[in-house]
Amino acid sequence: MTPLLEMKDITKEFPGVKALDEVNLDLHEGEFHALVGENGAGKSTLMKVLSGVYPYGNYKGDILINGEIQKFQTIREAENAGIAIIFQELSLVKELTIAENIFLGREPSNLGVINWHKMYQDAAKLLKDLNLDINPSTEVGDLGIGQQQLVEIAKALSQDAKLLVLDEPTAALTESEVETLFEILRKLKDRGVGMIYISHKLDEVFEMSDRITVLRDGQTVGTHHAAELDKDKVISLMVGREVGDIFPEVSHEFGEVAMEVRNLTAFEPDHPDKKLVDNVSFKVRKGEVLGIAGLMGAGRSELLATIFGAWRGNHSGEVYVEGKKVDIRSPKDAIDVGIGFVTEDRKRYGLILDQTILDNSTLAGLKDISGRFLTSRPKELSATTEVMEKLNVKAPSAMTETGTLSGGNQQKVVIGKWLLTNPKILFLDEPTRGIDVGAKQEIYAEINLLAEEGLAIVMVSSELPEVLGVSDRILVLHEGRATGEFSKEEATPENVMAAATG
Amino acid sequence: MAKTEDSEKKKLRTSSLRAYTMIGALVVIWLFFHWQTGSIFLTPRNLSNLMLQTSVTGIIAVGMLMVIVSGNIDLSVGSLLALAGGTAALCLTVLGLGLIPSVLAAIAVGVAIGFFQGFLTAYASIPAFIVTLGGLLAWRGAIKGISKSETISVSDPAFKAIGQSYLAPMGGWILAVAAIVLILFLAYRSVQNQKMYGEGDTSFGSEMAKALLPIAGVIAFIYVMNAYAGIPIPVLIFLAVAFFGFFITNNTTFGRYIYAIGGNAEAARLSGINNRAVVMKVFAILGAFTGIAAVIYTARVAAASPDAGTLLELDAIAACVIGGTSLMGGRGTVFGACLGALIMASLDNGMSLLNYADFTQELIKGTILVAAVGLDMIGRK
Repeated sequence: MTPLLEMKDITKEFPGVKALDEVNLDLHEGEFHALVGENGAGKSTLMKVLSGVYPYGNYKGDILINGEIQKFQTIREAENAGIAIIFQELSLVKELTIAENIFLGREPSNLGVINWHKMYQDAAKLLKDLNLDINPSTEVGDLGIGQQQLVEIAKALSQDAKLLVLDEPTAALTESEVETLFEILRKLKDRGVGMIYISHKLDEVFEMSDRITVLRDGQTVGTHHAAELDKDKVISLMVGREVGDIFPEVSHEFGEVAMEVRNLTAFEPDHPDKKLVDNVSFKVRKGEVLGIAGLMGAGRSELLATIFGAWRGNHSGEVYVEGKKVDIRSPKDAIDVGIGFVTEDRKRYGLILDQTILDNSTLAGLKDISGRFLTSRPKELSATTEVMEKLNVKAPSAMTETGTLSGGNQQKVVIGKWLLTNPKILFLDEPTRGIDVGAKQEIYAEINLLAEEGLAIVMVSSELPEVLGVSDRILVLHEGRATGEFSKEEATPENVMAAATG
Repeated sequence: MAKTEDSEKKKLRTSSLRAYTMIGALVVIWLFFHWQTGSIFLTPRNLSNLMLQTSVTGIIAVGMLMVIVSGNIDLSVGSLLALAGGTAALCLTVLGLGLIPSVLAAIAVGVAIGFFQGFLTAYASIPAFIVTLGGLLAWRGAIKGISKSETISVSDPAFKAIGQSYLAPMGGWILAVAAIVLILFLAYRSVQNQKMYGEGDTSFGSEMAKALLPIAGVIAFIYVMNAYAGIPIPVLIFLAVAFFGFFITNNTTFGRYIYAIGGNAEAARLSGINNRAVVMKVFAILGAFTGIAAVIYTARVAAASPDAGTLLELDAIAACVIGGTSLMGGRGTVFGACLGALIMASLDNGMSLLNYADFTQELIKGTILVAAVGLDMIGRK
């Protein structure tokens, strides 16, 4: 029997990085196929290839549907071939009704005049098919996340999707919502819809899947029937890799406790009941690198942002710096007590891209570098030059705009910005995301050097080998709670991943 | 790497190119009007008048520049000018206050309203467009109410002198000497800095050569102004405001924060900047400048009309935009905004000399504004 979908030897390269390396995946009608792997293993990239986000010719390899080669140029062409993807971030218009969303861009109409009656009738029928008891004229913004997800599925079905891709669909759902979703998915399965299911939650994967494909570093590790595997086997397939020697091998001398956090809890700003960080406590010593591991949505970045005074939602808990209780209400307070924060996503939170290296480097520590009111170009230039040399930033001059730099050099500029505030404690959130191996190695060496100089470092990373390779101690979060703490000696990929998956 | 350097050079070229293009455009406009008006435009008398016309818009444009660079906008300045000018006139006439209290009252009204609108924008998170659109209506209404929609004439000679008198020629030359010394000092310091930090390979001679153009500009300016009646006092105030704005944006931590907030508000906040306080202060500065402009405006015509400054906000915004300011925030210079104000005033002045009908003037100004920004966008790609 010809499979519904075959993806053959898919290779996708980004400048300097091979995101997918001859990946194979196939899917049969009515099959539930789980796709698992660490963050950054290539799952999302593979789905973007499938859905036409990366057009034909942009990748190597073939996509076959019912045995025929497909050459999608646009997302719309993939949709027409029966492929529907439900992304983690929902793509519904909150201000429109359910029916308007389902038929957005394909409204039943006559000479441009919308046939509202037919639209709402069809929508009601679709919802009924999914056992959803909601009025189709409800605004999507008034629905819970779980129901919104189901509306997305209804939308996919209205397009006669034969192949449904679900990317972490349960991340934001309650248990009962998950049950409803699974019931519907089982029904779709009976109708012959093939599903690719991306999830970190291995319990759910085993509950639903027929087969499981594991990706690692852009390669297919293997495809197995779910019955042949168990949770431990999947975890070892996900992480089974030699930790290379790109990590400096040293043991740090620890000093006194630089920072202690007690019972930190943070709530989502829009849902004051939802805890993103749940009663987390930890200490970090001078000269120590504390790694914080966990999967997407585990609350790692939120933990750092809350300590730093940058979290907009409600929060509680205590922070002590060098034994003294501190009250941090804004990033400025945090900087004043000696905390620096190399934020994730440097383009959004770290840099002003159309300003120069000098302007960016001195921004956080400007008043210390220049003086309280007046700026001093020479002082700024010498501070910037010094930190550029220390971090080996490759750029024509300090006056180069940061937008023209490579990812690795941009990241170094952000780190430099924080070093110029003379911190005692440095937070690093995903410090090596999207940069090439050479630059990663330099940044690891620099983290190590800073620890040797006596800085306390807290590093969040989604890359397991990085956390294991750089940290002296590892704190693992799962759904906001601390579920494990390991010393460098105790930590193995398996036990960290087990704690991260709950 | 080679690629980055190439784009680097290209960027440098386009940024200094922009300043030269603007000066070039101004020269073309001047020569065109000089030719069309039968050699009236470029006479000392008309140039003095032109500078006078530039000063009110220019002062407000300097403040507007800071507001726009911070990623905001202020539509209320025209109405605020009428309210502040009316306040000064009422203080002088009805309340019988002296010159200085009346001037301070006008500025205080500007600052207070600036703070208030800045507060609503920054702390209550109401978009600046809405806050100041409300201000545009409300402050106009306020002055109409206070003045019962009547024009208040001012006869105090000292007050009128702010708008109508000139600095004696000797004073102009003293200023010229001071300006030239300052330019030479800055050039010298720039060379020192570059030597100290080894940035580029500029020699002392080439840096001094670069200073020749501004020095020639200063001398020509004073010479032309003195050839008529000396520097008009409003122009003097405008130059002082422009210098102050230049200093704030280039040499203070506060100025750097304005650009940082406009460039990436989230990155600025996470770098410890109190975005809200900075934005509120920027609005207050524009308010203060509007108060100053209101005094000049009222003194020049010796009367405060409740209709004063109508559509002035649009002239100020247009001046900034023609001067290369990005309405998205983060980009723009005081020099550009002043040049933009001069270009706008030149168009007004030249077309009035040519007796163009009102509607023609408006059509042409609108077209030039859009065309200037359109060319800039093409140039950036």
